[in-house]
Amino acid sequence: MKKVFRGGVHPHDFKELSKDCAITDAPVPEELVVPLQQHIGAPAKACVAVGDEVKRGQVIAEPGGFVSAAIHSPVSGKVKKLDTTLHPMGMTCQAVVITNDGEDQWAEGCNIEPDESKEFTSEEIVAAVKWAGIVGMGGATFPTHVKLSPPPEKKIDTVILNGVECEPYLTADYRLMLESPRTICLGLKLLKKVFNAENAYIGIEANKPDAYEVIKMTLAEMGGFAEAVLLPVMYPQGAEKQLIYACTQREVPTGGLPMDAGACVQNVGTAHAIYEAVYCKRPLTERITTVTGRGVSKPANYRVRIGTPAKSILELSGFDEDKTQKLIYGGPMMGAAHFDIELPVNKGMSGIVAMTDAKAFIHGPCIRCGRCVDVCPAGLIPSEYSIYGEKGMYLETAGIDIMDCIECGACTYICPARRPIVQWIKVSKAELAKERARAAAAAADKK
Amino acid sequence: MNIIVPVVIMAIIGGILGLVLAIASKKFFVKVDPRTDMVLEALPGANCGACGFAGCAAYAEAIVEKGAPIDLCAPGAGGVVAAVADIMGLSANAKEPNFAIVRCDGDGVRPRFQYAGVQTCKAATVMGLAGSFQDCPYGCLGLGSCVEVCPFGAIELNENNVAIINEDVCAGCGKCIDACPRNLIRLDPESRVIVVRCNNKDKGATANKQCNHACIACGKCVRECPFDAIHIENNLAVIDYGKCKLCGKCVKVCPKHLIVNLRAERKERREARLKDEK
Repeated sequence: MKKVFRGGVHPHDFKELSKDCAITDAPVPEELVVPLQQHIGAPAKACVAVGDEVKRGQVIAEPGGFVSAAIHSPVSGKVKKLDTTLHPMGMTCQAVVITNDGEDQWAEGCNIEPDESKEFTSEEIVAAVKWAGIVGMGGATFPTHVKLSPPPEKKIDTVILNGVECEPYLTADYRLMLESPRTICLGLKLLKKVFNAENAYIGIEANKPDAYEVIKMTLAEMGGFAEAVLLPVMYPQGAEKQLIYACTQREVPTGGLPMDAGACVQNVGTAHAIYEAVYCKRPLTERITTVTGRGVSKPANYRVRIGTPAKSILELSGFDEDKTQKLIYGGPMMGAAHFDIELPVNKGMSGIVAMTDAKAFIHGPCIRCGRCVDVCPAGLIPSEYSIYGEKGMYLETAGIDIMDCIECGACTYICPARRPIVQWIKVSKAELAKERARAAAAAADKK
Repeated sequence: MNIIVPVVIMAIIGGILGLVLAIASKKFFVKVDPRTDMVLEALPGANCGACGFAGCAAYAEAIVEKGAPIDLCAPGAGGVVAAVADIMGLSANAKEPNFAIVRCDGDGVRPRFQYAGVQTCKAATVMGLAGSFQDCPYGCLGLGSCVEVCPFGAIELNENNVAIINEDVCAGCGKCIDACPRNLIRLDPESRVIVVRCNNKDKGATANKQCNHACIACGKCVRECPFDAIHIENNLAVIDYGKCKLCGKCVKVCPKHLIVNLRAERKERREARLKDEK
């Protein structure tokens, strides 16, 4: 095993709940609510009108800028209305409501028989990714075509696929690796081609030995163009910068991006989506979502259409609303707790966790034990942020590298005083961003 | 007899040190304007910082030494300015006191879920699903960040969990303005008695669902106003105080009762207090 990042925590992973459940197709509901903000960046702009007939895979919203992604109809049917819906992070966003006609007809030119012997150029691949509206499927939802078009002066020689899935509970990536290793590896091959990269890795945590074996075998069959890397179990092993370090022993500099270390990291789900977009001309209209936790009686991994209300797959899994104390979209370490079970599944929803023992802790003062410093994978001093945050001195954190925090939550997990450290950090970052915007506006005024 | 030697030595040391101190006090004497202390005495001593100086002492010094304007003290308003003017030998126009007003009456403030995160308003707007924290995405969050920051203890949360300002104590320093992430608090002079107590910028139909007292931008007040002083901006009634003559006609027609006359409210409060005292 390779040398990995310093720090990290070992939460129990609860993957046993859903790891043996094969991916099943979730039934497609009568009505789908497709949000137009499913990615980081500018929201997409709807390009259909009420009453329009749409086919599956037809573009219903164009990207609203360079850092944005197109959105496609997940079913064939009729546009019922343009409405608003809630985003898992709490804001309201525009949405297209589509009535399903049950035919599931693909739009013209979509869903072709894959010809795996065909070769694609770098530009063709990036164009297909952009057309398909692919975003980071691990949960960050950063538009993939932006990641694939780095500025020319940055040379990327390493492509890393993230099959770590270090968030507890989630098993969507694990099941995908087991069930379609071939498409993931072909997706990686396409990514390698985009950058003409020399090295390619697939990082997998040691708690998924079978997925590692399957991927390793598939790569060997394909001629060994990439290396499967078995990584020690440690949260947050799947964080971008930490994964780059584990695979290449390179560090991303402060304030830098993975491309500054010559690397590009993509989730295995993204690689699968890239395969589908390039070879099958299938845009991103579905994803694998894990529904798990003690609040559901039948945990499962679903292949679910984007825009399906979470309620329908929760009910399929025997969701017990009374027993559940906290419903989390995403994983328990970095996901967002939400009150609405009608929320539509979006491109980044890797899991829905229904927790039955979500205690609300009353935090004490910082006892300066330094455990958060020991576990911080970014090498920061989280206790300082928490003390500033508690006093409301958010702007004072600017000088102590708060922007290098990856918000993994390891500090908050380990804190014996139960201090909500990562929450304060998020508030501080938001306040700093506001302050910067204010300063920029003031500077613009002066001019 | 042995005792005499140390006594003499100590007396000599004492004498020398006393002389040094006497010389030092003459040589390093700092001239302090006695008026600084008097001005400091006259200031309220709350150290709220509303004047823009580091505290009351810094402000007193600035008045006496640097000739800073004497009407900057918000908590002191009338009385203090007169007292300071007296000390400084200046003429002063008594300044009208400012009061903070909260532009939300809290009817739409029904939390949709139990928020167990960091209990400050700023944190709730980042962590607590800001837009969907309660039915109204513009209203008071009710976590009391303004209460904590008020140096005079003038803000409390009412039964709806909405911040209300006690005008008897409010000094108009404006510290609460920055503490409110929803920008609900504004400083108004005492005479500005007609206010729109709502900040909902959603369209009428949406706003109506969110809160019983939300501005639905119906425009009745706009039509009623004889001075063209009230307009709908971003689906919210906004009063132009340059034109407003405080006639109070808009208060009567507002179907949601969100344009209020503070004079009437103040009168009610005063009467209630008199009743209590009796």
